[in-house]
Order: sequence, then C-alpha cells, then structure tokens
Amino acid sequence: MLQALEGSQAVAQAVALCRPQVIAAYPITPQTHIVENISKLVADGKLKCEFISVESEFSAASVVLGAAIAGSRAYTATASQGILLMAEVLYNIAGLRVPLVMTCANRAISSPLSIWNDQQDSMAVRDAGWIQLYCADNQEAVDTTIQAYRIAERTELPVMVCMDGFTLTHTLEGIDIPTQEQVDSFLPKYKFSRTLDPQNPISIGTLVSPDFYSEARHSHHSAILNAEAEIIAADQDWEKISGRNSGGLLTVVGPAEAKVAVLTIGSVYGTLRAAMDEFDLEQPVKLIHLRSFRPFPIDALKVVCKDLDHVIILERAIGLGSGSIIGLEVLAALTELDKPPKVHKFAAGLGGRDIPLEILPRLLATLNEPSDGRFRIFDVELDKLPKEDR
Amino acid sequence: MQVSQLRERQPRFRGLESGHRACTGCAEALAARLVTEAAGPDVMVANATGCLEIFTTPWPESAWRVPWIHSLFENASAVAAGMEAALKAQGKSTKVLAFGGDGGTFDIGFQSLSGMLERGQNVLYVCFDNEAYMNTGVQRSSSTPHAAMTTTSPYGKERMGKRHLKKDIVSIIAAHHIPYAATTSVAYPSDIRKKVRRAMAIEGSTFLQIHCPCPLGWGHEGYKSIEVARLAVQTGLFPIIELERGGLAGVMPLRNIRPVVEYLQEQQRFKHLFTDELRAKEELEHIQAIADHNIEIYGLRSDGHKDAFDSEGMDTVRRGGMRWA
Amino acid sequence: MIEIRIHGRGGQGNVVAAYLLAMAAFEEGRYGQAFPNFGAERRGAPVIAFVRIANKHILRRNQILTPAFLIIQDEALLHVSGVTDGLLPDGKILVNSPQSSDELSQQLGKEVISIQASMLAKKILGRPVPNTTLLAAFFALTGMLSQESLSKVLKHKFKDIVLEKNLLLIQKAVELVPAGLWQQETTNVTSS
Repeated sequence: MLQALEGSQAVAQAVALCRPQVIAAYPITPQTHIVENISKLVADGKLKCEFISVESEFSAASVVLGAAIAGSRAYTATASQGILLMAEVLYNIAGLRVPLVMTCANRAISSPLSIWNDQQDSMAVRDAGWIQLYCADNQEAVDTTIQAYRIAERTELPVMVCMDGFTLTHTLEGIDIPTQEQVDSFLPKYKFSRTLDPQNPISIGTLVSPDFYSEARHSHHSAILNAEAEIIAADQDWEKISGRNSGGLLTVVGPAEAKVAVLTIGSVYGTLRAAMDEFDLEQPVKLIHLRSFRPFPIDALKVVCKDLDHVIILERAIGLGSGSIIGLEVLAALTELDKPPKVHKFAAGLGGRDIPLEILPRLLATLNEPSDGRFRIFDVELDKLPKEDR
Repeated sequence: MQVSQLRERQPRFRGLESGHRACTGCAEALAARLVTEAAGPDVMVANATGCLEIFTTPWPESAWRVPWIHSLFENASAVAAGMEAALKAQGKSTKVLAFGGDGGTFDIGFQSLSGMLERGQNVLYVCFDNEAYMNTGVQRSSSTPHAAMTTTSPYGKERMGKRHLKKDIVSIIAAHHIPYAATTSVAYPSDIRKKVRRAMAIEGSTFLQIHCPCPLGWGHEGYKSIEVARLAVQTGLFPIIELERGGLAGVMPLRNIRPVVEYLQEQQRFKHLFTDELRAKEELEHIQAIADHNIEIYGLRSDGHKDAFDSEGMDTVRRGGMRWA
Repeated sequence: MIEIRIHGRGGQGNVVAAYLLAMAAFEEGRYGQAFPNFGAERRGAPVIAFVRIANKHILRRNQILTPAFLIIQDEALLHVSGVTDGLLPDGKILVNSPQSSDELSQQLGKEVISIQASMLAKKILGRPVPNTTLLAAFFALTGMLSQESLSKVLKHKFKDIVLEKNLLLIQKAVELVPAGLWQQETTNVTSS
C-alpha cells in the first residue's frame, strides 16, 4: 500500500526491516533525516540495535566494519565530504570483502561549498571496490536497500545505495513499505564466512607482498563483475515477493525503433520520462537508466545500444581535467560493437542546479548542431564568468 | 592438527606466538605477548597499522592465536567499537582489545580513540609506546620525548632534536573520566599482567600505555631493552601511574631515583646531548627538570630499601618489595 | 496535475505545509509529491516548498517554475522579487495578511485571497504559525481535496489537545474564505 513518506523516512524504515544489529553514523546534510529517523525508531523501541553516534564519518565506516567482522549485520549512511573522509575505510572494507550496506545521499563536493545534489561524491569512490547501485526514485531506494543486503552477503562485497540528496531524500511521495514478513522471506539471517570467533581465531587484514597483491586485486575485481548475476537475481526474487523490480542492472524505456537514447543515472530519470510524455519530440527516443554503475554492465549496455545511432550521456558529476566519467566508460564499452553508436557526453544539474523538463528536447537538438563530440557542462551559463574563464 | 587443538596442548595460553618477524630486542613484541597472556583467549583484537601489525602478519602467516583484525592506521578504536557493539547485540561477553603504537594513539588515531572513550565502550585500548614512527623508519611523533633525535627531528646547527614535549596522553585519556587508565613498562612484566587483568575485569573503556624501547629507533643494543625501559621509570621520565575516573589512584614509588643522564646516555637518539656545547647542557638540565617535575607532581619519591631490579610491579613495590600475588 | 508553490519564512512550517498537502492527496487515492527548495536557510529567512497533485504517479522532479497557485505565509514576501514569478496567467494567490483581498489583488494584478492566518493560529493554538490555517482555506477555496483528508493527516501528525486545537483551527479557517471560489480553475489545470 502506498504511503506518503519522505524518502529518508522510507529508507530508515527499509533499513529497520533488514534487522541490522549495529548502526553507526555521523550527521551530514542531506543524509541527516535518514539517521534521525533511524534514531527515533531505536528510541521508540521499534528497532532493536546498537546505534552508535560516532565522532566522524571515518569512524562510522570503521565501526560498521568492526561490527560486520564480529558477526553482525550493520548499516551506515553518509554524503559528500563524509564519503571523502571515509574514502580510506571504503577501500579497506571492500578489500577485506566485508558485506556492508551504506546509503549515499548524493551531494556535491566542496570547494566551492555546496550542500545540494550532484553525484560527485559517490563517483569519487567509484573504484573503491564497492558495488554501486543508483536509485531513480524513493521506491527504488527502499527496494534497493533491502536487495543490497542480500547482494552484499552473498557476494561478500559492500554495496553503496546511491540516492540523490534532497531530490529524493527530502521529497515526500507515495512509497510502498514492504512488510516484515516479506523482507524476512527474502533476506536470511546475517552470515559472514570470516566472522571473528575466539573458538577459531583467524587473522584478517594482513600484510601482502608483491607476490600476492595482484591476485588479491584480480579476485576482488572478478567478484564485482560476477556480482551482476546476484544483482539481477535479487531484483527478480524481490519482484516475486513485492511485485516490483528496480530494473536489475539497467532500465530501458521508449519505442523499439528509436535510434537515439539518453542515458542517465539517478532521479533525473523521472524528469526525463515526464519530458518524453510532455513534448512532441522530433524523433523517437529511448531512455536508459543505469542502475548498476559498479559492476559496470558492459554486456547489458551493448545489448541495449547495439542498434542505436546516438547515445547521449547526462551525468551529474565531472571528471575535472578530463570531462565525462560515465560517458567514457560507456564509450569504451560500446567500442566492442561492430557499429558503435556515437556517444555524446554532458553533465548537468551540478551542485543542485535544477534540471527542467526542457532539457530533453534541448539535448536532442544538439544532434543537429556541429559538434566536436567533446564533453561539456550542458547548463553552464558562461556569461557569469570572466572572459578568460569561459 | 587444528590450531585450536594446538592451543589446548600449550602449558600456558599465549595470544602472540613466537616466530614473528620483529627486530631483535623488540620490546613491543614482548609487551604484546604479555598483554595477550594476561588477557586470555576469550578476546578479539583490532590492531592499528604499525610495526606490531606488520611483523606479526606477513600473509599467509600470522603469529596471532586470538581473533585479530587490522583495518587501518587511525581507526583501531572505531573498529574495536564496532566489534564491541556487535558482540553486545549478540549477547556475547568476549572482550575487545585495541592495539596501537604511539603514532596510532597519540596522533592519527587520537580522534577515534577519544570518540570510543567518550561513548564508554567496553574496550581495553593498549598503546605500545615506543616514542616515534618506528614502522616507517623512526620519524617523530607527538610521543617522542623532548630533545630526542629522529629522522624528522634531527640534530643540527639550529636544532637539538625534537623541540616539543612528549604529549601527556594518559592525562588526556583520563580526562575522559573512563574507569581505568594506567601506564606501565615492559621492564615490569608483572605490572603489565596485573594491569591487564584489572582492565579486563572492568566493564567500560580502559586504557593502558606500555613504554616499550625500540632498539633500532632509540639506538641501543637489543639486549638492553629492559634495562633502558627500567631506567626510564627509575629516572622519573616515565612515571608508572594509575588513574580511576580521571583521578590519580596509585603510583609506583621510586626508592632509588637515578639521574636522567643514566637513561639518556644509553641511547643514540640523545647522543647530541653529551657534548661540550652549552645548548646540550641546557637540554640535559631541561630533561632533568621534566623528570623532577614528574616525581614531584605524582609523588614518586619513596624512602627505604634499595630497589635494584624490581620486576614485580607497582603494587609489590608499594608493599615493600614482597611478592604478594 | 496541479502545481503549487508555498513561500514562507524558516520556522513557519513551510515544508510541513507542503508535506501535509501532498499527504492529503494520498488520503483520497490521488498522488502527491512535495519537496522543499533545499536551502541552508536559518529561521526567518525566505523559504520555498513545492507541491504537485495528480491522478497518476508523478515522475518529474524539477522545481515548480509555473505554479497554478501560490500560498504565501508572510505578506512581506509578496513584495520580494521572484515570489510571484511564473504564476500561470489565471493563477491565484492565497496570502496570510491583514490587508484586504481586494487591495492586494489590485496591487498585484492577480486574484488574491487574503486571510489573517497568523492571528487565528495565535488565538487557537497560542502560536502564530499560519500554515495549517492557510491549508484549510486553500482546501475550501479549491475544493481540490476535502477537509476530511486534512483532518486525517493532522491526526497522523498530532494527538490529544494539540490535535483538537488544530482540528478546531481548520474548522474556523474554512469560514474565512468563500468555499469553492477557485474550483473552476482547479478543474481546468487538472484536465490540462
């Protein structure tokens, strides 16, 4: 049943349904409402767990690492500067192959200081060895949080559930919160093969010489690539229980004959879908929502892009000094096709700039313009800058 | 044969096994073994990055016979805090220990340590204090004593080694008003054991700072580690104290106080103080003043018999040198 | 789909008003979406919240630039630049103000209904928070959602004496405006 809930409130309830035993967090906008709601659930006795208000994001990540290693399901959430402060621990968690779930309430990175939404934070740690799933709406945030625990615990990989800060976390909309029975039937009790136990002492996190490091990295990398199957299976199995899926690795909508697609990640997908209905577009267009960014679904992308002439990438982050982040990865993946479509790379909505519906026809219009195919920030207003900076 | 079976065959439980790769005369290795012996097998250890972590676990080998995890340099307290919370949630009584060197405790790991203590989590934090970043090749830490030479506080025309004082970490820790914080030295094994047992019995945050000479970093022969450690105590430069809820609860009295030069001259890191330079003399006086100050504020002076080679710990010394436990 | 923009000041319950409005839509089996114009504003600073109400799932997440209705919690904001920007040609404004509706309509060249929401709230709740009063008046003016739905969402939010006072407040608030005055406009935007 649909309930009118704020995204953060819904995610807090979803976390509680997963029965975590340890939660540690440090407040940061726009993640705060998630941890505030969880604190309230704990205070009201609705969630039995150890809730630890730590002194930094660095410790939040470290505490959940310790908890998971000691045999408890654990949860944390952060955003922006918090992700960067955690960065060292994030690599460590993943390298130790600890199953954890973290929500990233996507927010821009300082400087300049911005508390508003983009995805620079999770993109900054894209190669940390975590699975990264991006949510198009709050229902997906709820469902993905629940799925994330199963994926993490089956693959022994941490999962970052990325939801746009404010745009999702602070938006009230209709969300179905599953029942405890539904979640219990989907998610077994926490189990981790390398749980610390005085009866059977093991050493974790040892020094590895050059003789073994490459093999450790290969094994970790393969595990993430192989997680595609678990991500798809979790989504399918959850659909059997809840009646909903979140698209597995990616979602495609639009007419089959379309030769153009716009690919994006996160909540702007909803705005683009509304735009598809709103405007009489010059040509049929498909929309692709990339849910799984890590693993990067090369094969699935090839399938959905093989008959396209153009793929327009719309991302909310920038590789400073290089340009497109997602665009380059899509481009690299599609070169494996016999006739790869042309990839057009744009960023928009940085630091919370509103992305209006009109962006869709405007993006499509760029196909008729002469272009060097290089990345640019689509909604930049150059007249605000001194001439030498344009 | 299973490791657990091997353990059962041992005459005495030992959490840190021999055969690790520490330097000859490494006092930290000895102190860690003593701590694990006293703590027993029902523990889990979170170890900060440092010598102890490196020399005990060159993969695929490990010298640990207790569950052990190394995550990062600055998060041992937070990892331990998470382990403690998990065990609590599971209704288990296994005690969590956190191990760090002085770098991981005084400096980079200080924030997460302070956070863990403030939350009063049931963790015994042990700092193996060898007074510099030995793992990376002897760089100064905030625990390095005044005037000591390290590779980042060298002696030169403009400098007499480290310009700053050793951070008084145990007072800072005690200021969190945790139930028990204490200092001890590797020269007093019985003192270490007693303090570990005491801390193990307390439900809440406890802290132990163990003074451990590093032959390589301090510049003395490996066989002299214990002698040097004992001199640090006997000169008053490393007072052995106990603090309960922030208040001083006990000290190890010194019956035969030695001048600081006896301690300093044993170590290459202080050799620049033994020249005819005026500034060297001034530094020696300064260091003696630090020791005198410690003796005064902690009331370490004690009359009576000569205490030549006490190794039984502060309780024994207080009771006239007789072994009582 | 109806788009509503709410202007107020930090501390006036702007986001709460937006959330209540969207929640009331769900009470009637419709769809709502509400979100603040996420700012770092402190108490007293101008703030904005957005509400969409529709008969089907709402996909778009962009800010509302061309609202059909404006709800203004603080009359001083009427004269702040940008506040009335983008209001649809036949859009309406509901404002918390001691000035008369006619006076304000003339000043702004738009149809304005003015009520003394803060004063009523002060009288009944003891605190001059205008949001619930304005919402009740808005429901009465548009007939878009029923007062029962508003009562229901208030029941989720408050209890005991506070709830009773809020229920009394919305009863009184309804009497301040001509019921159904904006019904036609509401129907127009809904069908568009």
